[in-house]
Amino acid sequence: MGNDANTQASTNPPTRLTGAEIVWATLVGEGVTDVFGYPGGAILPVYDALRKFPIHHTLVRHEQGAAHMADGYSRASGKVGVCIATSGPGATNLVTGIATAMLDSIPIVCITGNVSSKVLGTDAFQEVDITGITLPVTKHNFLINKTEDIAAAIRYAFQIAKSARPGPVLVDITKDAQQGTAIFDFEAAKPRPVRLHPMRKFEVSGLEQAAELIRNAKRPVILAGHGIIESGAMEQVRTLAERAQIPIAMTLLGLGAIPASHPLNLGMMGMHGESWVNHAIQDADLLIACGMRFDDRVTGTTATYATKAKKIHIDVDPAEINKLIKVDVPLIGDLLEVLEALLPRISGRGRDGAAWLNTIESIKGDSAVRDIKNLPDNGHLYAAHVIHDIWRITGGKAIVVTDVGQHQMWEAQYYHHEQPRTLITSGGLGTMGFSLPAAIGAKFACPDKEVWVIAGDGGFQMTSAELSTIAQEGIKINIAIINNGYLGMVRQWQEFFYERNYEATPLVSPDFVKLAEAHGIQGLTVRTRAELANAVNTARSAPGAFLLNFKVEKEESVYPMVSAGSALHEMIRRPGKDPLEES
Amino acid sequence: MLHTFVAYVDDLPGVLTRVASLFRRLNINIHSLTVGRSEQAGLSRMTVVCEASFEASHRIRASLYKLENVVNVDDITQAPSVTRELALIKVAATPRNRSQVFELVEVFRARIVDLAPESLTIEMTGVESKIEGLIQVLNEGEGRVLEICRSGKLTMRRGHHTSGVLKAMSTGEDELVQELVEDSAFVEPE
Repeated sequence: MGNDANTQASTNPPTRLTGAEIVWATLVGEGVTDVFGYPGGAILPVYDALRKFPIHHTLVRHEQGAAHMADGYSRASGKVGVCIATSGPGATNLVTGIATAMLDSIPIVCITGNVSSKVLGTDAFQEVDITGITLPVTKHNFLINKTEDIAAAIRYAFQIAKSARPGPVLVDITKDAQQGTAIFDFEAAKPRPVRLHPMRKFEVSGLEQAAELIRNAKRPVILAGHGIIESGAMEQVRTLAERAQIPIAMTLLGLGAIPASHPLNLGMMGMHGESWVNHAIQDADLLIACGMRFDDRVTGTTATYATKAKKIHIDVDPAEINKLIKVDVPLIGDLLEVLEALLPRISGRGRDGAAWLNTIESIKGDSAVRDIKNLPDNGHLYAAHVIHDIWRITGGKAIVVTDVGQHQMWEAQYYHHEQPRTLITSGGLGTMGFSLPAAIGAKFACPDKEVWVIAGDGGFQMTSAELSTIAQEGIKINIAIINNGYLGMVRQWQEFFYERNYEATPLVSPDFVKLAEAHGIQGLTVRTRAELANAVNTARSAPGAFLLNFKVEKEESVYPMVSAGSALHEMIRRPGKDPLEES
Repeated sequence: MLHTFVAYVDDLPGVLTRVASLFRRLNINIHSLTVGRSEQAGLSRMTVVCEASFEASHRIRASLYKLENVVNVDDITQAPSVTRELALIKVAATPRNRSQVFELVEVFRARIVDLAPESLTIEMTGVESKIEGLIQVLNEGEGRVLEICRSGKLTMRRGHHTSGVLKAMSTGEDELVQELVEDSAFVEPE
């Protein structure tokens, strides 16, 4: 536990250590047990010192993988993830992973080596201005060229990463700083208390207004986002919903914050959200946004978004208020704190939500009939079948790490998450290649949990080299590839909006099973629905990692869809004439 | 519309880049940016004039405060303030036609700070519109304007000062914390 290591580090008397040793000693003090990285010349002193410290290092195959692993580790555990890379290309390879963490507000600390401070700025071998490059994609970053500054910078980095709205922080340490020596005093390196954002405040008048709006609302909806999980406010949101009888719509990153089976949970909203959820939002007279940022995937065109609704926006980041959607009552603060202050003002006897809930039920109407998993088996394999069966067989309890694309949306629609931190997916940046390394990070965070990768054939190939990492570390991860021979989501857009001009979307892939076997990992190809359950069970019961190559219907599209420029309620629905008619 | 922000930032390497990078990321055009020492040791004073919508002010302030090195941000766009800009203007002028320029300089109450056979340099301090006015008149006159160097806007609220910063720096962090505790919502972090 962080606290024990903390205490241990601080009760040790200050000693003279090398910069490299200080790096690890500080990480140990911050409670770090796992790091993900790739060595190189400029970070070699740090790697040389690792053997003296009780931290497990996972060697990746590409630094992008290291960043995603730190990210997945953090999403699964709630702790700060850590990755390490060398200078130049090592550092630049981290950038995609850092940006992924930035857009989803995930706390990670990235440590990079740099050339000696004496040659900084001279275009030395493998030198790059990584602090300059990562300025827009980190909460903050540091360039450390003195040994005595290392500990304080790393401690400060951890504080920044996890405070207020979490995010990635980079610490760049020159080689001579790593090689020098300094007195290491963990306690003395503690940063000043967090300076709260001066615009972060909510007042009694705001709470009163919000409570009043809730009391009088006829058609309220709670919009539940990632902030609920980061703040740990799951119980408070549930209480608000239950007490005031308000239905809840989820963002992609909010899935799992409220159990999918909860009677008030409507499901996911937005571009590929369920149709009744989007209709409910467009008809609502009050929206209570909890830890969500009105992202464009969720709103459709802003001019037509929920025009009949008053909006309460609870968020810890003042910069999100009125950024895209004008709100009526902003409550800027930590979600848990705000709700704790708001709940006493919400009476259990104030509202009768039944009428509105019934209305939403009736909108649901014929959606069930169109739903693909209800349709009879016509021999074709659909991604929805695959995900539905994985959900069923795992009891809905696995940690599922998706890549990006159609399969990601189907996962959100068909795998019903009951717990927070069980869906790990790149929402804000939408980074293909995220899934395999992020799953490795998640497995290290939760070694006793069942971890599944669900990826498309496109995304999987972007970081498939990390199969070697799985083999080397000997960890158990189940990998499901939704293989349709296309960059599916792009193909879907080309089908809908570019007259089926499938430019650069048909994809020739390796035989994924052979690829897995080449890495020492077992695999199976699945072509029909009948083989599905067996294959999933085979994968689960195999002692090591297992890859399932699902050859699914090539030109299936994700429905519903809110296309660019459309209002949230103007969804493209699955065609009524059913492509799956029994022959 | 044009917004004017006065920010107190840590006097450390790289802070200017962080602020400039933030405006780039928000896709906001900076009209002018001046930075220099302030009355507080360790803090620089930055004046940024940028083009953004009326509502954007909140977001710009909020985003600036998210930078670790930004201590205080004041949007003084609408506030009563004293505003000055310094301009050095080099004009082509020979002994034959320079007297016309002398007259203009006197009208605008600027000063000649350099005199050479074929050019002279004017120094002008004033509000932006006055400087624009002088430049326009010079452009319409006989002598060619050879070079213009402008400092960007320097501005300061009339009367009331950004006391939050003074408090924080002179009496220590704890005082600022104490002030916030008295507000409804502040909770001491671990």
